[in-house]
Amino acid sequence: MNRTVRLGLFAISAAGLAALLFWSLIGLPDFGHYHWPYGKLLNAVAVNERHTTNVVGVTVFDYRGFDTLGEEFILFTAVVGVSLLLRKDRDERVLRDPVRSDGVRLLGMLTVAAVLVLGLWVVAFGYVTPGGGFQGGVVLAGAFLLVYLAGSYGDFEALTPHTPVEIAEALGAGAFAVLGFVGLAYEGAYLRNFLGIGDTGTLYSGGSVALLNWATAIEVTAAMVVLFSEFLNVYMVPVADWRT
Amino acid sequence: MTYLPYAVAAWLFLVGLYGVVSSRNLIHLALCLSVMQSATYVLLLAVGYKNKATAPIFRGIPVGHPAVDPVVQALTLTDIVVSVTVVALILALALDVHKQGHTVDPDHIAGMSG
Amino acid sequence: MNALLAFPVALPLAGAAFIALTDDSTPEELKDIPAMLVAAATTTISTIILIRSERVTLVHWFGGWQPRHGLAIGIGFVAEPIGAGMAALAGLLVTGALVFSWHYMEEAPRLYRVLMLVFLGGMSGFALSGDLFNMFVWFELMGVAAYALAGYMVEELGPLQGALNFAITNSIGAFMILFGVALLYGRTGALNLAQIGRTLAGHPADGLVIVAFALLASGFLVKSALVPFHLWLADAYAVAPAPVCVVFAGAMSEVGLFGLARIYWTVFEPSFAPNASAVRDVLLVVGISTALVGAVMAFLQRHLKRLLAYTVISHVGVTLCGIALLNGSGLAGAANLVLSHGFLKAGLFLACGVLLREFRGVDELNLHGRGRRLPVLGTAFAVGAFGLIGLPYVGTFLGHSLLDEGAIQHGHAWLPPLIMVAAGVSTGAILRAAARVFAGWGPKRDPLLTPEPPEEPPEEETNRVLMVTVVVLFVAVGICLSAVPGLQDRTEHAADRFRDRHAYVERTLFGQAGTYGPSAPVVLHRATGASIGYGIGATAIALATALFGLFRQRIPATIRSFGTRTLEPAVDGLKSVHTGIAGDYVMWITVGTAVLGGVWALTLRGP
Repeated sequence: MNRTVRLGLFAISAAGLAALLFWSLIGLPDFGHYHWPYGKLLNAVAVNERHTTNVVGVTVFDYRGFDTLGEEFILFTAVVGVSLLLRKDRDERVLRDPVRSDGVRLLGMLTVAAVLVLGLWVVAFGYVTPGGGFQGGVVLAGAFLLVYLAGSYGDFEALTPHTPVEIAEALGAGAFAVLGFVGLAYEGAYLRNFLGIGDTGTLYSGGSVALLNWATAIEVTAAMVVLFSEFLNVYMVPVADWRT
Repeated sequence: MTYLPYAVAAWLFLVGLYGVVSSRNLIHLALCLSVMQSATYVLLLAVGYKNKATAPIFRGIPVGHPAVDPVVQALTLTDIVVSVTVVALILALALDVHKQGHTVDPDHIAGMSG
Repeated sequence: MNALLAFPVALPLAGAAFIALTDDSTPEELKDIPAMLVAAATTTISTIILIRSERVTLVHWFGGWQPRHGLAIGIGFVAEPIGAGMAALAGLLVTGALVFSWHYMEEAPRLYRVLMLVFLGGMSGFALSGDLFNMFVWFELMGVAAYALAGYMVEELGPLQGALNFAITNSIGAFMILFGVALLYGRTGALNLAQIGRTLAGHPADGLVIVAFALLASGFLVKSALVPFHLWLADAYAVAPAPVCVVFAGAMSEVGLFGLARIYWTVFEPSFAPNASAVRDVLLVVGISTALVGAVMAFLQRHLKRLLAYTVISHVGVTLCGIALLNGSGLAGAANLVLSHGFLKAGLFLACGVLLREFRGVDELNLHGRGRRLPVLGTAFAVGAFGLIGLPYVGTFLGHSLLDEGAIQHGHAWLPPLIMVAAGVSTGAILRAAARVFAGWGPKRDPLLTPEPPEEPPEEETNRVLMVTVVVLFVAVGICLSAVPGLQDRTEHAADRFRDRHAYVERTLFGQAGTYGPSAPVVLHRATGASIGYGIGATAIALATALFGLFRQRIPATIRSFGTRTLEPAVDGLKSVHTGIAGDYVMWITVGTAVLGGVWALTLRGP
């Protein structure tokens, strides 16, 4: 089956698929005219029921929290999978590969500090203002990556030792699952809120949403750091060969 | 004009699909899958949009003020995580393929067929 | 609210995280135990759920968010016998696979156990979920775990190719599902299956509904590997470790069909009711072509796992035919086929695992006669293959007879003979392999069979007695399934309940618990003449195929050359479609989706 045949058959069927997709999209309500009750109901009741002002956050961690459990474990599984697939390529040689410019290093240090604070803030206030465990977790992982970019690979490796990071990742994912069981034990439904819902608009609100939020943040940060670490290690191997 | 966002979603889907079918490089292929995934984000978010409504964050805004649908945003968040994981796995596989076969061309790694 | 429903998902996931944490500190001898215990516990709970669901459909709303005035605001799990049975089957297969792989996986065993448990959680979630997006999440979780498990042996190009083709094609299937979910959400504003169905029910099917169904169906058909979405499966199953194949072949391949059945009966049935025959006919064509293509391709293989992979495709095609009939008998037949195929295939794949360890290869021609010193294994292999034919009260008999009944009831009397041919040819291929490997029959060369690159299995001390015992157990259970009294009535009741949309909606959205009468009688029905005839016919075809495969050279030369001249182009054409290249596979997926959508666009519109 050569490429020409493949692309030809594809062109014909893609044209058909395009027609079908555009035909289906006509059946959607006009853009900007969302009128369904599910979203409206959540917007109306979420603030009262859980005292959180970020309705997306409370949807992710409470109303549809079970989806988030699956999502957490998808990330966990992908990291396990990548570790499995790249297990032969690990090289334990120490390689510094430092950035040489002092200006970049200084700027890097300041930026890393700022990004860390930003990430922690995005996580902590995730159910009050836009943000949350996922978003903040990625920002925090970005701070670690900045250490490599503005510093050296050796610094990155020193800051992200393999075992504690993997433990953090498993702990984050496991904590989410276990918190669900706590909800089951105390309130009769898996992932049901079991803490007081506090005051609207403050950090103390949302009940277990806050705990789930932090479990997610820890898991996502650790997962992204493991991914960066695995891929960077594979990248650094030929660099190590070349530099030594 | 009201259907343009939906059309963009369909277009992204088809372009990504073309990229996957015609790809000569596994890294490129992984990113084309990512483009296809973006099509679903655009569609989801477009479906939930409401004219003249704010984000569903009620800090400083009274409850009852028109806001867009929070559910699709939650779905898109989940969707993004799924996309990251699939791309990560395919990239890891691409690295392994390069190590074993010294190529990243998907057309040239077929050992098994028939 | 039934708290037990959370466990089939939350328990294996929490267990996986626990094992990831503690595996390094567990003593070497005991490392396999936690995973086995978690899997066994999950299976037990799923079975309890199955038993309880026979009386009443069980419901659990996560987070405690009950529906308000018929509007679902949380995610619900709905356990009825077929879904609960699917979850229990998955649990059994994973537990068996973990027992088999005691000290079998010497590389990264911790990661293997974690992935298997996560896989179990994903499958259980998919089978029990009552929310469309939630189903998608578990579908993806299963997929991600599976891609990594398929590529386990990273030092050879074959597994990498298989894992890549798997990941790419199934991801595209997942994107199509997601597109369909977004379309349905735009139309109905709901993600709960019962609620979507209720909202769509009042209106005729239009472009959006038809295309959403086509996209969702295509996505599920990719996962279950039906023609033309099936090309990735042989590449992936041929290279995945044997215990992983057990779970793939026994549960993962069937899960896509379960999803298709679920969305049809809960969401789309009322919209398509005036034109249901369009759905039926298209899916029947897909199913029977898959059954036949899979059977023929199986016959053309010499790599044993690839051969079995094609028989999986063939069987999935037959199962789809059962679902496609859109009646109770067909669905009950499909459910029974999933059960019996699950166990028998598990045994056959595990037997390949034993062969790989003993003889360091799974090529049928290279293994010629070497299996003679493993008589127990050889017997189990042959018995397992016979179980697949459908002789009265053996193996897949119950599934096939229910399916045939469903077909004849609906005036599709042409279906059973074709299924008989497909089942016969695919089983014949397995029997041919069994005879060549375990008895030394047939020649050592055969240019018709496609050679594949050799594998290098890692060196490891394994417990052969344990492995063979697990094989024998799986085959024994699979063989006896058709002789279980009361199973037929129970699956027929379960199938009727599965198709009852009103009861489903009342139960999930309004909490009206309809109890389902006294338990079905525990009797064994007499085999009908038609089903006995089927069994005998299939056996004859299987034996003829096997003998043809082994002793083809003895056919007189004139007939043989005539046969070669006529059939060779077809065979080469079929083989040339299965290129091993991802781009081609994705092209065929596009073709399939466009054709399905196009045909349904023309036939499913309005009354």
